[in-house]
Amino acid sequence: MSVEEIESVEQFRARARAWIRANLQPIGSDHRGRMALRPDDEELAEVAEDRRLQRLLYDNGLAGICFPKEYGGQGLTRAHAEAFDEEIDGYRFPERVQVPNMTPCATVILEFGTEEQKLLHLPRIMRGEELWMQFLSEPGSGSDVAGAKVSAVRDGDDWILNGSKIWTTGAWWSDWGLCLARTNWDVPKHRGLTVFMVPIHQDNIEISRIEMLDGSKEFCQEFLTDVRVPDTDRIGGIDDGWTVTTRWLMHERSFTSSPYAVHALGGDGELGPAAGEAADHLLTLLDRSGRADDPAAREQIGEAYTLQIAMRELNTRLHALAGSGKGSDQLASVGRLMHGVGAGRLMTILFELGGQDAVASDADDELFSNLGTRFLLRQVASIGGGTTEIARNLISERVLGMPRELALDRNVPYREVRSAPSGGSSASRRS
Amino acid sequence: MKVGLTADQELLVGTTRKYLQDTVPSDVLRQLRDRPDGYDPDYWAAGAELGWAALLVAEEHGGGSVSGQGLRDLALVAYEFGRHASPGPLLTTNVVAEALSRVGGDTYAQPLEELVSGTAVGTWAYAEPTPHGGLGEVATTAVADGGDWVLTGEKVAVEHGAQAAYLLVTARTGDGLTQLLVPAGTPGVTVTPQKTIDVSRRFARVSLREARVPASALLGAAGAAAPEVERQLRTALVIQTAEMVGALDRVFELTMSWLSDRYSFGRPLASYQALKHRVADQKMWLETSHALADAAALAVQEDDERAGELVSVAKSYLAQYGPELCQDSVQLHGGIGVTYEHDLHLYLRRVVLSSALFGTAREHRLRITSLLESRNSARKVQA
Repeated sequence: MSVEEIESVEQFRARARAWIRANLQPIGSDHRGRMALRPDDEELAEVAEDRRLQRLLYDNGLAGICFPKEYGGQGLTRAHAEAFDEEIDGYRFPERVQVPNMTPCATVILEFGTEEQKLLHLPRIMRGEELWMQFLSEPGSGSDVAGAKVSAVRDGDDWILNGSKIWTTGAWWSDWGLCLARTNWDVPKHRGLTVFMVPIHQDNIEISRIEMLDGSKEFCQEFLTDVRVPDTDRIGGIDDGWTVTTRWLMHERSFTSSPYAVHALGGDGELGPAAGEAADHLLTLLDRSGRADDPAAREQIGEAYTLQIAMRELNTRLHALAGSGKGSDQLASVGRLMHGVGAGRLMTILFELGGQDAVASDADDELFSNLGTRFLLRQVASIGGGTTEIARNLISERVLGMPRELALDRNVPYREVRSAPSGGSSASRRS
Repeated sequence: MKVGLTADQELLVGTTRKYLQDTVPSDVLRQLRDRPDGYDPDYWAAGAELGWAALLVAEEHGGGSVSGQGLRDLALVAYEFGRHASPGPLLTTNVVAEALSRVGGDTYAQPLEELVSGTAVGTWAYAEPTPHGGLGEVATTAVADGGDWVLTGEKVAVEHGAQAAYLLVTARTGDGLTQLLVPAGTPGVTVTPQKTIDVSRRFARVSLREARVPASALLGAAGAAAPEVERQLRTALVIQTAEMVGALDRVFELTMSWLSDRYSFGRPLASYQALKHRVADQKMWLETSHALADAAALAVQEDDERAGELVSVAKSYLAQYGPELCQDSVQLHGGIGVTYEHDLHLYLRRVVLSSALFGTAREHRLRITSLLESRNSARKVQA
């Protein structure tokens, strides 16, 4: 490829800023994020709007900033992506198109897909025509990703998939699933896996929506019954799915700072917001709590701000280390752990600021009533995207080189590995 | 692990590290406990030749950075000081040298020459005793009298106050702050060594009883020194947090090798998940500490509008998790971790000391909230 002159970051920033201000809606104080509860018809309308906005970005040369041009992206750099995040801050952008669609799904296709697969799917993803979700976790295996039991059996030029996947965000309105399946039960668990691309809406996939404790039904479980997938929709080698999954998980762990997705800098502050946004939100809470003169409350605001900046600066450092070749990819686990621990503490502080209003508030008081519900869901930040326990294992073993945990499923054919009779999903299971 | 250093910075770090390793290894550090001054003046003067006291001083006064970013250069030196729990008045001499250099002109040419060459030590008399012990509280007064200034008040935790030839005193004149350079031995100035937890760093109480200095001792304008005092505090915090990170890196290394070398119940400590997970948390604190200390140094260096917040963010984080990381490492070491023979306490002392000077975690959290409020209301006024 010839050396092509790419748009400078400042040129790009100016172009993005002008377009965003002319075409996107500023987010008002009444803006409710992606995870806010809403009726299904509203959620579907939001999805449609996100797809429309993504198409608009695509038509104006602003979609998929770090994806190559030949696949519908812009072929630009992390610095461009960061500039774009800063410029779009405060404006409505297609939130549902970002994670896990742009990363890890599209990034996995970009890394491991065939030329045909990339040319077919990536431009559609960039245009908002295909929304992808992860068919990764299973009812019987969450942290133990390589313990997947969805089976794929070869049948001529096709594969037949059976089993169940779970914790798929928004599967009911998405188009495609990136699916980890077992193709060989006679080898150790990491060596019998294969990754497939599966259209979600078909007769042989039943989608069941899981109701979370706040009433949200965005997470889904899918039941696959004799789902036929052509071999041309396989990603990576047969039985070599763990090679793909290792990178897949790396992209998942580093989603908060991936240049492949657009990030909300402000708002709820869980993703390491820009300093200004974090401060505004915290000061509003302090003011509304009526405790602006209470040193204990003021101290907590200082701590909350510290944590937000800490999460952001840590991400910046981890990327600098990875970029300089001084740190392993596994350092992303440090950022993942910090995200869980930091967001958890942050949520606790905000909840305490809310006081009684966080648990019993007037019907129209969204600021404080949301704090109560969000506190109930505090651990989500330490569970979703790989638990903090797994992050601690990875940090100690892969980053620091400490001895690995004893595993009873290593070097044993997977069909001989013991698993719970129920598949491990029953809450009433007895030992 | 630092990324993106220039060749000159690598050289500064390399020569400093080698000098500290050769001159003040840990067995030498342990002996410094018995020295009232805490370090050998020749050690400091030779270190000054490496640039330790010159990085924040203008070239016209014999100073100069190695990268064009003197404070970031100095933070690298401070990091090495932390890694080796090194002796010497690094923080306080640099704060005073920068303050004098910023006055400009020839007024302080002589003291600056002595500070930069390491033949004299300067110290900042800033903190005060209870009931004025809060961060930034100043009750000491500076009153104009004839052509002179008269200082009255008490200063504590004055770093190497008994070794310093020059004391930069922050005092109050009416509603504003005034800074005066007071030579050691000035009548009315009593310097009393204090007890401290560090093996080599020394502190003193400085009593000012109508201590009289000439008009030439005044830095800047009387009653208008608050911005310079804030700047000094930021510089002090950048040096302090960089040093804490260096010490924490060393503590972490000691802990990692201990966990690998020590066997219990027929297996290395490093193989226990209960301990691995604690080390993972330590690694998170450590990397975050690096990130925040570096960000603070950069922000102060570039005079970023958020520099005041960032130094407090870095300090409040380090003051909370630094001592925690050290104490958890002591716990992982067991009994050996609280002996004088082991090196661990050298770093524990330095980190704990720093956690309490120039503002505790709590004080910096409160300061952050106030700074955010000020900026918020300033912005509203603008809009």
